[in-house]
Formats: sequence, structure tokens, C-alpha cells
Amino acid sequence: MKARFYNTGLPIALLVILGLGWEASVRLFEIPPYVLPGPLQILEVMWQRMDLLAAHGLVTLTEIGLGFWVALVVGFTLAVLIHSSQILEWAFLPLIISSQTIPVFAIAPLLILWFGYGIGSKVVMTAIIVFFTIVINTVEGLKAADPDTLALLKILEATPGQVFFKVRIPQSLPFVFSGIKIGVAVSVIGAVIGEWVGAREGLGYLMIHANAQLQVELVFASIAWLSILGTGLYGVVVVLERLLVPWRQRAASLISES
Amino acid sequence: MNKRTGDPLLQINGLSRAFSNGKDKLQVLQSVSLDACEGEFIAIIGPSGCGKSTFFNILAGLISPDEGNIMLDGKKVPHLRGRMAYMQQKDLLLPWRNTLDNAILGMEIQGRHKRSAREQARELLKIFGLEGFEEHYPQELSGGMRQRVALMRTILCKKDILLLDEPFGALDAMTRGIMQRWLLKVWGQFGPSVLLVTHDVEEALILADRIYVMTSRPGSIKGSLQVSFERPRRITQADMVDCKKYLLELLEEEIMVGQP
Repeated sequence: MKARFYNTGLPIALLVILGLGWEASVRLFEIPPYVLPGPLQILEVMWQRMDLLAAHGLVTLTEIGLGFWVALVVGFTLAVLIHSSQILEWAFLPLIISSQTIPVFAIAPLLILWFGYGIGSKVVMTAIIVFFTIVINTVEGLKAADPDTLALLKILEATPGQVFFKVRIPQSLPFVFSGIKIGVAVSVIGAVIGEWVGAREGLGYLMIHANAQLQVELVFASIAWLSILGTGLYGVVVVLERLLVPWRQRAASLISES
Repeated sequence: MNKRTGDPLLQINGLSRAFSNGKDKLQVLQSVSLDACEGEFIAIIGPSGCGKSTFFNILAGLISPDEGNIMLDGKKVPHLRGRMAYMQQKDLLLPWRNTLDNAILGMEIQGRHKRSAREQARELLKIFGLEGFEEHYPQELSGGMRQRVALMRTILCKKDILLLDEPFGALDAMTRGIMQRWLLKVWGQFGPSVLLVTHDVEEALILADRIYVMTSRPGSIKGSLQVSFERPRRITQADMVDCKKYLLELLEEEIMVGQP
């Protein structure tokens, strides 16, 4: 309980202190708002332009959400295939890993060309960037099954399907969730890059647009919204993990109590 | 309580197995033979590294023997899988399943519906001392309780032969004593034939109808002892002390042989 208080209390306190320092410096050195607005001003813009930010935020959130689903479905399926066949693992895994050396920035213009200015190209971008961590973590998780447990299942005369669903899948879930958590953080990047390169809506588009008009407060307000989106999504994943992988939390809480 | 009547349920004849490690060949089992009647409790003791686990792995069909055969009901079988349930020192409970669902794993794999399997397991919780813990996850149970869940899973497979590979080896002396009483109770109630591997002479004497002593590597059967005392037995009984002395002497020779 005490640890929990410090866990949430201290970062908030630090954030407030940093904000106060920022506000004080902006006023003290009379920095013009088109260079660096103070946090109070940013909050004011966030409040005043709530409708605009929410509308664009919703677009970005949709892109992230859809991209994530695509990555999860394709990534998980591919991981299962890779796990089921040594030949597929040899064929696919090196290519998947080396594909990570291609910066997403580099292919963003191509994706816009292929999938258009609309939501499609951003969904693909997000999916590409998230996909990797899902595949790698799921493959790792499927391999993590304890050999003695597998021997037990063999003695119990379990079919390969039973071994897969009763042991391998549950065993892999904590790994899959680790992948999803990393994926959430990078998914926001994927969507925003897509919007920067070419879009008509979304928080990334709003930032570029506001920046060009020297509305720096609005740029910061968009960044704040993106951060809130990312944190919120992370929170959703944590809640889902508690529901789907309850044994992990229980184990962790037992350790911290002792 | 002499159960040695009629033909044995299980006959193991001359099982041998060697492992090769590069050009070195390590003979682990050398012509192991033993038999067990229906409902009989057999204990196998031997110095560590005598190939007990290899022996069980052969019976479980996880590895195959170089020589020898296994006869079940007078018929030759490659292994006992399908007729036996297996329990080890590691409880191998699945961390994402609670007590009840861990206990029914074997039944579930045999194709039983979860609900009816759970109902049946629920009725047995009391015998295994797990009442009130059916919703607990393994991480929340003590070592003794986890082993009882594993025992329950083993029993619920409803097989006529139980292979127990040092099932209580990781428990403290007190818990082990309690678990031995559980095991006897459960054995009395369900009546399977039991093959128990242990390095604990007292455990073997308290539990078994018959005790086989194995030699150090390569493992073979050095001798056997029929234990016909009424249960529950006390290790301090005069006749038990004599048996213990006899078994320890047999074992000590082997441990001496093993020393350079």
C-alpha cells in the first residue's frame, strides 16, 4: 500500500514541480508563446480547443486501435506458424528480425502512395511497427513451456491440440502481454509518423498544421493528448492483463507481501 | 495384509539401458527385473544416481530400453502409458489453473467434460485436505498442499498403476510424514498398484508391502524385502528397526562401492 502511494504520488509530484519550474522560467525570461508557451497556457488551449483536439484524437485513436488489431492477429498467427514448424522458423525469423533495420520513416511515403491519404496508410504503419514485438514475444512465449510439464502431458496421452491450448497458449500469455505493452508505446509513433507524412486529420496532422501557423500552444496541446492516449491505452492493456493473466499478479503480490 | 496372490499384474524382465555421451558409454540400468501384484504397494530404494528415474521414464514410455520387456496382465507392452499415472518430486501444477482445475487436468485430457470432472473432484477435496482451497492458485498454496493437488490429479486419472518418483523428496520431514499418511489413506480408498521410488528407507518401510533395493550404477535389483506388518506402522517398532538395519546395510555396501 505504501509502495503504491509512492508509485503514483511521486511521479505526479515531480510533474507538478517540473511544470511550476517551466511556468516560472517562461514568465521570468519573458519567452514569447510562439517559441515556448507555459504549461498553464497549454492547459488553457487544451480546454478551449477541446472539440478540435478530441475530433483529431479520435481519428488517431482509431488508427492505433485498428493497426494494433491487425498486428496482433497477423503477429500471433505468424508466431504460431513459426512455432509449429522448424522450417518456417528458419525461413521467417531472420527476415522478420532484419526487417526491423528498415526505418518506418523510410517507407512511410510509399505507404501513403499505396494506401492513400486516409486512415488505411496509418493503420498499416502502426501495424508494421507493432507487429515485430508481438511476433518475437509470442514465439518466445510458446517456446517457454516447461519440458517436465510437456512430459506430463505426454504421459497423460494429450493430443498436440490439447498440449497447445492447455499449456503452450496460457504459458505464452505473459510474454504476449509484454510484447503488447511495448507495442502500445510504439503504436502511437507509427500513427503520428503516418499523419506527418500525409494526412487530412489526426493529432499528427494537427501538430504539423499548428506548427506551420506558429500556434505552438496547439502543438504542445496535441503532444499532451498523444501522451494521454498512449498512457490510457497502456492502462487498458494492464487491466486486460490482470483479467486474462490473473496468476501472474497473484504471484507478484505474494512476493511483495513477504 | 498379503496381496501376493495369483499372477502378478505387472512383470518387468531384464530392463537394461545405456546412454552414450560421445564415445563414452554409460550403462545406467543393468537387467532390472521386478513384479507387482494388483493393489500392491512396491517401494524401490537405491543410492542416488542408481538409475531410478531412467527406470520410471522407461515405464512411462519417455525413453525406450535397450533390452528387456514389460508384461502387463501377462501381455507384452512397450510401456505403461494409458494404464499408469505418474507423479514426481516437482508438482508440475499449471500456474494458471486453480486447485480444482489442476486436479482435473488428467480427466480433461481423457475427454471428460469440465463440469462433471469438477463435480467429481469437488467431492474428493476433503479426503485430500484441500477443502476451502479449491479456488486458490498453486502460488498461494504451501509445498505440502501443492503436492496433495498433484496427488489428487494423479489419482483422478483413475489408472490402476501409480508411479511415484520421490514424490515427497522436496518436503520437510514433518510435512513428509503427514503426506505419507495421506498417501496410505488414498491408496486404501482407491486401491491402485503403486511403484514408489525413494531414497528414504523409513518412507519405504512405513508405506510399502514390498521393498526392492537397487545397486549403484549400473542399477540392478540387489534384493527385496517383504514387509507384512499391519498399518499404520511406526518406525520405532522393534521389528521395523530390524528391517531398517537390514536395508541400510544393503544400501551402505552400495554407497561404499560407489566411493572411489
